[in-house]
Amino acid sequence: MADADSDDGEDIFVSNSNPVSVSRGVSQPDRVTEEPSDLFSEEEEAASSTAAKANGVHSDDDNDLFADANVELSTDKSGSSARKEPSGPRHASSFTPSPAAMQPTSLEQLEEEEAKDSFDVDVAVTNPEKVGDGMNAYVAYKVSTRTSLPMFRSKVFSVRRRFSDFLGLYEKLSVKQSLHGCIIPPPPEKSVVGMTKVKVGMDDPSSVEFVERRRAALERYLQRVVSHPSLLQDPDVREFLEREDLPRAVNTQALSGAGFLKMINKASDAVNKMTIKMNESDTWFEDKFQEVENEEQQLRKLHVVVDSLVNHRKELCGNTAVFAKSLAMLGNSEDNTALSRALSQLAEVEDKMEQLHQEQAASDFFIFAELLGDYIRLLGAVRGCFDQRMRAWQRWQEAQSTLQKKREAEAKLLWANKPDKLQQAKEEITEWEARVTQYERDFDRIGMTVRKEVLRFEKEKAKDFKSQIIKYLEAMLQSQQRLIKFWEAFLPEAKAIA
Amino acid sequence: ERMCIGSRIQHYQCVYVFWSVISPQLRSVSVDLNHDASLLIDIPDALCERDKVKFTVHTKTTLSSFQKPDFSVPRQHEDFIWLHDTLVETEDYAGLIIPPAPPKPDFDSPREKMHKLGEGEATMTKEEYTKMKQELEAEYLAVFKKTVQVHEIFLQRLSSHPVLSKDRNFQIFLEYDQDLSVRRKNAKEMFGGFFKNMVKSADEVLISGVKEVDDFFEQEKTFLLDYYSKIKDSTAKAEKMTRAHKNIADDYIHISATLNSLAADDMTANKKCTTWLLEGRVASDQDLKLTELLRYYMRDIQAAKDLLYRRARALADYENSNKALDKARLKSKDIPQAEEHQRQCLQKFDKLSESGKKELTSFKGRRVVAFRKNFIEMAELEIKHAKNSVTLLQGCIELLKSN
Repeated sequence: MADADSDDGEDIFVSNSNPVSVSRGVSQPDRVTEEPSDLFSEEEEAASSTAAKANGVHSDDDNDLFADANVELSTDKSGSSARKEPSGPRHASSFTPSPAAMQPTSLEQLEEEEAKDSFDVDVAVTNPEKVGDGMNAYVAYKVSTRTSLPMFRSKVFSVRRRFSDFLGLYEKLSVKQSLHGCIIPPPPEKSVVGMTKVKVGMDDPSSVEFVERRRAALERYLQRVVSHPSLLQDPDVREFLEREDLPRAVNTQALSGAGFLKMINKASDAVNKMTIKMNESDTWFEDKFQEVENEEQQLRKLHVVVDSLVNHRKELCGNTAVFAKSLAMLGNSEDNTALSRALSQLAEVEDKMEQLHQEQAASDFFIFAELLGDYIRLLGAVRGCFDQRMRAWQRWQEAQSTLQKKREAEAKLLWANKPDKLQQAKEEITEWEARVTQYERDFDRIGMTVRKEVLRFEKEKAKDFKSQIIKYLEAMLQSQQRLIKFWEAFLPEAKAIA
Repeated sequence: ERMCIGSRIQHYQCVYVFWSVISPQLRSVSVDLNHDASLLIDIPDALCERDKVKFTVHTKTTLSSFQKPDFSVPRQHEDFIWLHDTLVETEDYAGLIIPPAPPKPDFDSPREKMHKLGEGEATMTKEEYTKMKQELEAEYLAVFKKTVQVHEIFLQRLSSHPVLSKDRNFQIFLEYDQDLSVRRKNAKEMFGGFFKNMVKSADEVLISGVKEVDDFFEQEKTFLLDYYSKIKDSTAKAEKMTRAHKNIADDYIHISATLNSLAADDMTANKKCTTWLLEGRVASDQDLKLTELLRYYMRDIQAAKDLLYRRARALADYENSNKALDKARLKSKDIPQAEEHQRQCLQKFDKLSESGKKELTSFKGRRVVAFRKNFIEMAELEIKHAKNSVTLLQGCIELLKSN
């Protein structure tokens, strides 16, 4: 069956085993066992710390009983004061008893709940497994959720999803009017090259690495989605996490080829080509947009260098391994016994160094390079929001100009004295007046959303970068400490040469 | 702008290095050779001008064969090569291991990088450029240190050798206060590189093919041939490893510079850079210790092999002279000449064998001691750098976490 989204017959895979060691002995604390409880042990930081105050976005589910519950239960790690001061009309309802008796009846209880569960919802993506055979085979991942939120059917559950499902989720979210202005996290890129390699059916290290890379990227993607207050409330997101059998996503063509950023840039170009240019009364948007563009450029530059680092590190690994063998041979040749022994020991130390380099390379890649890749795409998404605001403005302007035309037409009809057509004209005018009002409101709303989103994004970004860099440095630290041990063990051997 | 860069490059090519100031522990891949106070040689400084390096060779001596007790002369790399070649071509020294000639100073790598840096200046931030420049200067300095070191060792090997230290050309090299290049040219014409060509075409087959009468030499031959190929291999691979390390160091500089211009909380970014810059220094030290050690002994072993070759040749000559004597006796013609020739060949062979044995034995000892010293220093340096890294990283992590 030819699929429109021939994403991936992600097939031949490795086992159900944990996507842990892409390189041997990688010590990444995050990837663990299958029990949901363990899966989330490290996830605390990744969990949403949705600011209670930030949630002013209109949700699709005004009728959803749980919407209010969500708002009120969302934690705000940054301080207790925010909790005590519900900001906005929505919160008022939290104090009235509701039929959905899931709401805590007092503030104290609310705080207790928060103290108990320091996260609202955590997700993890694990266990890539090959499903099916041949060209139609694909990889299914286990998506596990742990949550305290009442809107979900249970507290802990999991489903199986394939890559196109994730893309499909993005597609659904990105076209929602109600989410316009929101920074919707972009999904990982499709990869024809990667998939082709895997399709050939190799169990080789590069395929293993590819799958691990994808799994980790899908996980980060989902984590970002659920930590976004508006997205979390979206029924499509809930369905994605909860529903046993998800209908196959078919509209992922837009995300083919060079993927997400290409799509954004194309849309951007279209906006720029529109004739009516906006007169920005508020320079905040212009300035911010410029900042975002600059930052994206810098990150790209950085990404290139980090890629180079990863490659050089891998080269170093190879060179060190080869050198270690050569040194061992030299040791065998050496006729002085003590020196021969020392040479062999040195060869072993170099072997251990190679392993350290391998782990460092994994760290370089999975912690650093991927972080940069994610944010380059996220900044693209931010740009997308600005574009959406532009389009909203344009739509408003166009409506205004249409309204104007209708009024002129009405005036003409008055002159020409055609009463029945006049009636229609009046109706149209009313309709368009309503539209103009609506579009203006939309534009204002989207402006507010974009502002809020950008501020939230910047906070999250700073946090994310900080935590990843700390992780990176900690990995380096560990590596250096082990290095010390290796050389300290060698030193007496060197001294023993006589 | 272009002019500026050009002159800057010129500037870096005229670097004065005061060798004595530089870390003394990195001084020699061989054992401390400057023991004998009767003849002390060192290279206290050197000047790098475009392609040429001018070494200042400083001698302190109590020997009356020299005109002054303390003096210095400027010498070029070619002068060292001249000295080496004349020693090799001296038949009296056939039974000695002639210390390997120092390799030509090679500034190609840093020079190429400097060129690239100049071209890429426009695309870098000021900070990135400054850092890269610093690292480049450090690399220049490292190459410099290496070449001075290797030239110095060559002279010190000679000065500590009982026979070679008395060589007339060696004395000229140390003392002659005019430009040696004129003498060099004359010398070349005189000798015609005869022996050198002979050694150059040394065929391993000859060495392994000759029937060995002496167990010691038999063992040495086997050992040296095998060891040479292994150490050559190790040297090449060590070089590759060091190069990869340097590449990583360069990457880190670019990364830290870009991060600096990105990060809001810049304090920490600065700390990060220094951590990563250590990578560059580790690469340098590793290079000096391990790679240079291997490289040096590879050349030394080649020199030992050359000795074996000369002895094998002498043995072949002796065997030929025996055959000639037999023939002469058969023909009853020219017997006294043949006898004399045979006696001379035997004498030469014995002399080579005797001194060769001494040389090879002391060579073994020297090698073992040198490896020990360098391995210890290398391990200590690795530990030192890693401990520095650890401290820096811990500080950095603390800072980030506390923010």
